[in-house]
Amino acid sequence: MGVSKEQVEASLTSKLKPVHLEVIDISGGCGASFEVEVVSEQFEGKRLLERHRMVNAALEEEMKEIHALSIKKAQTPHQWKPSPDSATQTKDA
Amino acid sequence: FRCSASALTPQLRDTLEKLVNSNKVVLFMKGTRDFPMCGFSNTVVQILKNLNVPFEDVNILENEMLRQGLKEYSNWPTFPQLYIGGEFFGGCDITLEAFQSGELQEVVERAICS
Repeated sequence: MGVSKEQVEASLTSKLKPVHLEVIDISGGCGASFEVEVVSEQFEGKRLLERHRMVNAALEEEMKEIHALSIKKAQTPHQWKPSPDSATQTKDA
Repeated sequence: FRCSASALTPQLRDTLEKLVNSNKVVLFMKGTRDFPMCGFSNTVVQILKNLNVPFEDVNILENEMLRQGLKEYSNWPTFPQLYIGGEFFGGCDITLEAFQSGELQEVVERAICS
């Protein structure tokens, strides 16, 4: 039972249309837990709290089973593209 | 115990509103500040301690009604939940990111000095 990584990926993909998506299963025995990175146009003009709410909403069904969800990244393509490898910080307006 | 209908009755909403305004900074968490029962809750406790912020900790593991009601009240599915100045600020990830960028300190200072 529980939620699979594939399910999480499918729900996020269909609802947020991400240009980059990474889901990592970090469950350590106490139930399903995931780390996610989402880059989507839909985050444009939204504050971080709203972006996280969008991710939570996209996983509404899965959240009933998920023990912990860690949203590592919720960025717009604009924030993500320039230098995903460098240490430059993108700051929200 | 599982709530199918809304857990957030008008009375509970009223109670929660008073609770989140009872202190400038209120942390709803798993466990207490001295004995966090989850790594995510612990992270936020450590951040608040690091900033030397006076805060009230509420253990949601002791009250299932409070736990379910808060999820609706905050429109946030997980714990910890941090409230600053009576407003929902975020969970662990948002708090950590805001701490690292310095935003958390600003928000807390504004709330405490208001």
